Amino acid sequence: MAAPMLRGCCLARRGALACIDGGSRHGRGAAIGCRSSGKRGRSSVAQQPLITAQKSGKGEHAWAAVVGLEIHAQISSNSKLFSGSQVQFAAPPNSLVSFFDASLPGTLPVLNRRCVEAAVMTGLALKCHINKKSLFDRKHYFYADLPAGYQITQQRLPIAVNGSLEYSVCVGKKRSQVITRTARIKQIQLEQDSGKSLHDELRSQTLIDLNRAGVGLLEVVLEPDMSCGEEAATAVRELQLILQALGTSQANMAEGQLRVDANISVHHPGEPLGVRTEVKNLNSARFLARAIDSEIERQINELENGREILNETRSFDCKLGFMPEPNLPPLLLYDTASLPPGADPQQVINIDRIREQLPELPSETREQLVQQYGMLPEHSFTILNEVGLLEFFQNVIKETRAEPKKVTSWILNNFLGFLKQQNLAVNESPVTPSALAELLNLLDRKAISSSAAKQVFEELWRSKGKTPSQIVSEKQLELMQDGEALNQVCLAVMEEHPQVVLAMKRGNPRAINKLIGLVRKATLSRADPTVIKEILEKKLSS
Amino acid sequence: MLGRTLREVSAALKQGQITPTELCQKCLSLIKKTKFLNAYITVSEEVALKQAEESEKRYKKGHSLGDLDGIPIAVKDNFSTSGIETTCASNMLKGYVPPYNATVVQKLLDQGAVLMGKTNLDEFAMGSGSTDGVFGPVKNPWSYSKQYREKTKHKAHGENEDSNWLITGGSSGGSAAAVATFTCFAALGSDTGGSTRNPAAHCGVVGFKPSYGLVSRHGLIPLVNSMDVPGILTRCVDDAAIVLGMLAGHDPKDSTTVQDPVKPFTLPSLTDVSKLCIGIPKEYLTPELSSEVQSLWSKAANLFESEGAKVIEVSLPHTSYSIVCYHVLCTSEVASNMARFDGLEYGHRCDIDVSTEAMYAATRREGFNDVVRGRILSGNFFLLKENYENYFIKAQKVRRLIANDFVNVFNSGVDVLLTPTTLREAVPYQEFIKEDNRTRSAQDDIFTQAVNMAGLPAVSVPVALSNQGLPVGLQFIGRAFHDQQLLTVAKWFEKQVQFPVTQLQELMDDCSSVFEIEKLASVNFC
Repeated sequence: MAAPMLRGCCLARRGALACIDGGSRHGRGAAIGCRSSGKRGRSSVAQQPLITAQKSGKGEHAWAAVVGLEIHAQISSNSKLFSGSQVQFAAPPNSLVSFFDASLPGTLPVLNRRCVEAAVMTGLALKCHINKKSLFDRKHYFYADLPAGYQITQQRLPIAVNGSLEYSVCVGKKRSQVITRTARIKQIQLEQDSGKSLHDELRSQTLIDLNRAGVGLLEVVLEPDMSCGEEAATAVRELQLILQALGTSQANMAEGQLRVDANISVHHPGEPLGVRTEVKNLNSARFLARAIDSEIERQINELENGREILNETRSFDCKLGFMPEPNLPPLLLYDTASLPPGADPQQVINIDRIREQLPELPSETREQLVQQYGMLPEHSFTILNEVGLLEFFQNVIKETRAEPKKVTSWILNNFLGFLKQQNLAVNESPVTPSALAELLNLLDRKAISSSAAKQVFEELWRSKGKTPSQIVSEKQLELMQDGEALNQVCLAVMEEHPQVVLAMKRGNPRAINKLIGLVRKATLSRADPTVIKEILEKKLSS
Repeated sequence: MLGRTLREVSAALKQGQITPTELCQKCLSLIKKTKFLNAYITVSEEVALKQAEESEKRYKKGHSLGDLDGIPIAVKDNFSTSGIETTCASNMLKGYVPPYNATVVQKLLDQGAVLMGKTNLDEFAMGSGSTDGVFGPVKNPWSYSKQYREKTKHKAHGENEDSNWLITGGSSGGSAAAVATFTCFAALGSDTGGSTRNPAAHCGVVGFKPSYGLVSRHGLIPLVNSMDVPGILTRCVDDAAIVLGMLAGHDPKDSTTVQDPVKPFTLPSLTDVSKLCIGIPKEYLTPELSSEVQSLWSKAANLFESEGAKVIEVSLPHTSYSIVCYHVLCTSEVASNMARFDGLEYGHRCDIDVSTEAMYAATRREGFNDVVRGRILSGNFFLLKENYENYFIKAQKVRRLIANDFVNVFNSGVDVLLTPTTLREAVPYQEFIKEDNRTRSAQDDIFTQAVNMAGLPAVSVPVALSNQGLPVGLQFIGRAFHDQQLLTVAKWFEKQVQFPVTQLQELMDDCSSVFEIEKLASVNFC
């Protein structure tokens, strides 16, 4: 996979899906790097035409796709990048607009310290070099939702450069092998968000909401190191987890806090890169991979049909002028060594201090899960990818004596499966961590059988508020602890089914299972199958 | 009373010789009498009277806020004033009433100053004549002075006198005229390439441009952010120092202001200039310089020398590139700064609504005059990706060389540079408009705009009347953030030259009280 090609990538993608099937009996577990993994299966729709394109092409002449990303993450801060207006999602239109945000003449930008710290922290987490001096520029364009006629950004000298983002994909025959990929980060820059335009086609009006205008953004530029939609989506998901762990962005795509532009080209391996096109404003995890793959497919189709790829955005780009922002002096950062003596801590930002505050990153959390709980690496990805699942897992672990592996298996197979079936998020689950922990405790001390446990679990889902113990006693699901009584049931079953007993004596190995099943049924699943088996074997051999 | 300086009238207020309301009313009545000069775009009579009333209450209680309490001031109409229309003399902002005060305006009001009104200018401060605003040109009060009339009596005869009036210079011509006609005791101008110093020189008042970063630009509607500074126009150097003391210092709303706190100060009276080194830049001796101004310049140099100062010729070798460099940087920033005027959030909006783009185009076509549009066009050309390196980047490099010229001169031991402010005295309007705005700006900013590129403090001090009876100013340029030293030298010089007061009796015969204390001071300088 050193030279990622489309063909290989498609396999890898199916692999990523298959990997979940292998790891989860419900087959609805989260694909690595995918938030709404339940729907991920649908993205195979997108890969279908790619294969067709390959088939129709010259078989030996495979296409390779090259995907780079520009990711805009809204900084999680109380106020905007250059003004004191509040930042809040879904506030009434134009209710969070300062004089500066509306570009009233004479207003000036004042840099928000919190946004700078968020940028530095994100840069450090992504292994970037932090520039101790960075500059702000104006990027001009006439959009109604850009009140000043320019965006303040960091074109020439951004705050962080030359980092990397590691993300993982599943490969191998059983798709259980986790391979780490790296996308290089060209730069991270601070910039302003724009407002929103609402076009009223009927009355041919444009309505402007400036609530978002001036909100701080981190633009993370990923080099074209990805080769398909799935890889891009996985990288974006990893970045999202990192931002959320850092608290530098809520990175909620549905609320537009994370938006992705992809630049895409295809070429034959060994040949120069093709002409790139841009797919802008991918603001849903679901469509990200699909949109990129569709564009790859479109480009391949164009080229195979002898047409050219045209870059519509490029010609427009050269008209956009940049200029240094004269109202903001260079942004200077310090480390402990370069900190000017007697500097007001409110006026300076110390990179080393921010480094000390870095929280545990998702990769470290996953490593921890693998080390501490013997979790399979691919399972650690699932645990982190599902919003709230890690916390749920940790809370269950805290309250149960059950083996961590058992907990993992229950959470990934039963719990997650149920959530997906009902299309619920973890925090919407009717089953609390305590309830699941109690259930696993009952199972652990063999108070109930595992099939009874599943019954209890289903019941928990239906009857909110009941504890597992209540359900067990209501439904009389306790394991039969009385050996003599079980002995009697076994005898009775054997007498009722002489043919099965006969078949077994004749050496049919499956017959004993039938008897076990019958005994369990007679005990309403309250007997431990291994104990039943022991009793039956003893009786048959005597 | 009106003819007094700010310091004098402040003392009179404290002593109760006059009340703030009386003072305000006198100024208002003078504003009405001089209305034809077109110095004010908006006269904020009601606000002024209310402020004066409040000031009067404070004085009665003995709680005066300080030297500025009750002092009538005027503000150039490109500073944002809360609740008072701020037009930039442009159709684009006609009717625009800002919701906030510029920091400098707020500081003056916090000191109890009484805002008389908003003064006229070239549209968006783009010009050197105060002739290119949508409210018409400002007339230089010296056009009507006894001094000028006597000298030109024979010439003016037979001609239409009204067409013979002189320009004020600009772009802060309204502020300069307001101070020169005693309708206020200090006025704010702005200075991007000489816009405060130039009209100050033409109107015979002191025009001070502080160091870049010393005074907040928040609320000053920008021309060129990296060069703009609020300017101060007063009738003497001491007054400029008082106002500077109130305005200077860090503003959290302007990131380019100095961090260190600045304390108000009183200028010392120099008695000995023998430790001073005055630099005379040889490149400023241009062929276009009028012989009269040149001769006053050299007399000034001789004055310093005769009083024991060291006067040396210095070189600012990149001076000749300054104007063209300024043009590129100025228009580029203008193009950028003017982009916000799209008719959406505020200001003029056209009636066309077929599309957003059509609305933008028509709004800007109707809102800006030719000068503004021309500069936007040039600026956008320089900012084009393919031109950026060749023009903007190059101009920035030249700007650095020009700034370094000054650094080198000051490092060689020079304390203050002495130069002319303008090539000649004010010219008649009819003469002035024979050339276009761009040509005039390039000519008139020649001695002033390099200072803006270097961010240095500079002050124009009126020196003497020309043969025509018109004021001539000379400029002192100081080291960055040595504004106080600069003003101290200027104050000494001002005292030596004893510039005469305008005699406007013929113009305002019933305003004799204004001039009761004045006498035609002997021009012992010449």
